Amino acid sequence: MVLTDYDKALLAGEEGPAAQMAMRILNRMLPVFGVDRFMDVEAAHIDSTVYMGIATMEYAERLAALGAKVRVPATLNVSGVDEHGWQEWEVPEEVAANATRQMRAYEAMGCIPTWTCAPYQTEHAPSFGQQIAAGESNVIGYYNSVIGARTERYPDLLDICAAITGRVPAAGLHLDEGRKGTVLLRLRGVSRQLQEDDAFYPVLGHLIGRMAPDGIPVIEGMEVQPTNDQLKAVCAGGASAGAIALFHMVGVTPEAPTTEAAFQGDMPPRVIEVGMDELRASYRDLSTADGEQLDMVVLGSPHFSIDEFKALAPLVAGRRKAEGVDFLVTCSRTVRMVAGHVGLLEPIEAFGAKITVDTCPLTSPMLPDRIKNLMTNSAKYAYYSPGLLGTDVVYGRLSDCVESAVLGRVKREEGPWKA
Amino acid sequence: MESVTGTIIIPGEAEGVLLASAEPLSFWGGYDQHTGEIIDRRHPLSGDIGTGRILALPFTRGSSTTTAILLESVRRGVAPAGIITDRADVFLALASVVADEMYERAFPMVAVDREVFDRLKSGQRARIGQGGIIDITAAS
Repeated sequence: MVLTDYDKALLAGEEGPAAQMAMRILNRMLPVFGVDRFMDVEAAHIDSTVYMGIATMEYAERLAALGAKVRVPATLNVSGVDEHGWQEWEVPEEVAANATRQMRAYEAMGCIPTWTCAPYQTEHAPSFGQQIAAGESNVIGYYNSVIGARTERYPDLLDICAAITGRVPAAGLHLDEGRKGTVLLRLRGVSRQLQEDDAFYPVLGHLIGRMAPDGIPVIEGMEVQPTNDQLKAVCAGGASAGAIALFHMVGVTPEAPTTEAAFQGDMPPRVIEVGMDELRASYRDLSTADGEQLDMVVLGSPHFSIDEFKALAPLVAGRRKAEGVDFLVTCSRTVRMVAGHVGLLEPIEAFGAKITVDTCPLTSPMLPDRIKNLMTNSAKYAYYSPGLLGTDVVYGRLSDCVESAVLGRVKREEGPWKA
Repeated sequence: MESVTGTIIIPGEAEGVLLASAEPLSFWGGYDQHTGEIIDRRHPLSGDIGTGRILALPFTRGSSTTTAILLESVRRGVAPAGIITDRADVFLALASVVADEMYERAFPMVAVDREVFDRLKSGQRARIGQGGIIDITAAS
């Protein structure tokens, strides 16, 4: 093991007891990462904020009580409650109180209270090549793939240790050789028209997670330049169905100007052809229900962006959702504020939609029991809702979600997705 | 009885009935911290109970919150007794390290070769012992 003087000082408690605890945990994890030394990070994103129970709260409060302060800028992921809006929902008071305590603990450590799972939509987004310690699976995918910043796949509870010490194991995706593609996914017969359809990107993410769950997929055959929101959807899908922490998209993402560059000059070890059959199977796999029952539409995992609000507003303007269907959009406080200032929220709220910030229904126990059938345009909501919420789910594009909410039952424009 | 030797990820001893799958799992959305049930409805082990078992999974997929769920499960006493993987899995190992830091309740973890991993079957009895040795006996 090769420890610097600073590492040794941390372990000896010379930087305080919280930094000592954080470094002790990192040091015990060093061999699990398979390396013998640490390196510096410039920033962090903290997923430990997600309140899962007494243990996550006690962990945060232990560190805070020991005087923990982050050494690098650290944005905060979602909390377990919408701090100022939870009373409108079914959140138990005890959960709200504990989750709020956990929020205060991370704030006391000097973190930036962004409270969002899309920190790349804030002014704190990292830049190409920066070394970062990020938790939250979609953020890890986005920082690595879309921005070209470098983070390993960090779990909750370790991201904060990295932020407190500024140190991480010098492993994996932090290093050039760890970022080489491991499997080539060649799109075949996937039309430009399909690639322009918003529904394509969550489906593609889900598919790469299924096909290469522990790999670094390289996607070839893109005919369009996807938007950042579309790439965000690929990240969230790939990190739910699989453990995708980095993918390359040839001609699109920064480390893949060519297929050769994505494989760092080597031949692809494995090549998989992806056609409409595979994509349609992935589309079907995102839904667990095929009936028309609909209780709620939920959008915004990862958190909705301003551009997504801009796309939603004209679809709902002057209309009203059906009485028996709830309609929820989740986003950050900042995005809600900006959307409000530019007049995007008026038509959405007049439609009957609600906005939740700081969290989402997967991380906050907010939904009433009567919600049994969800519809969403998010691969991440679609993947996790059956297990976490005990609901069935139907996946559809944004316009399908709106039309279904108006109609009061599921209706999808199947188009090219029809088998 | 068969004995195999793996790499110690977290030292310790544990014994229980194997619950094994070749498909990775996210504990967030995949493991109920109140009951120990596997709740990922797209996973082959959906509906099985992990509490007190020796859980064999190749690695974790999905959420960073896997570690938090496993830590909560340890605190509530519904975690697996020990875990076998086919590689060093940071998410699972960290839960054991933090469970030790917070509650002095680490659980052992061993990583075995893929060829050994593929021979593990639900229902067998497994004993994780010293030195990364796993004793496996047929289902009784």
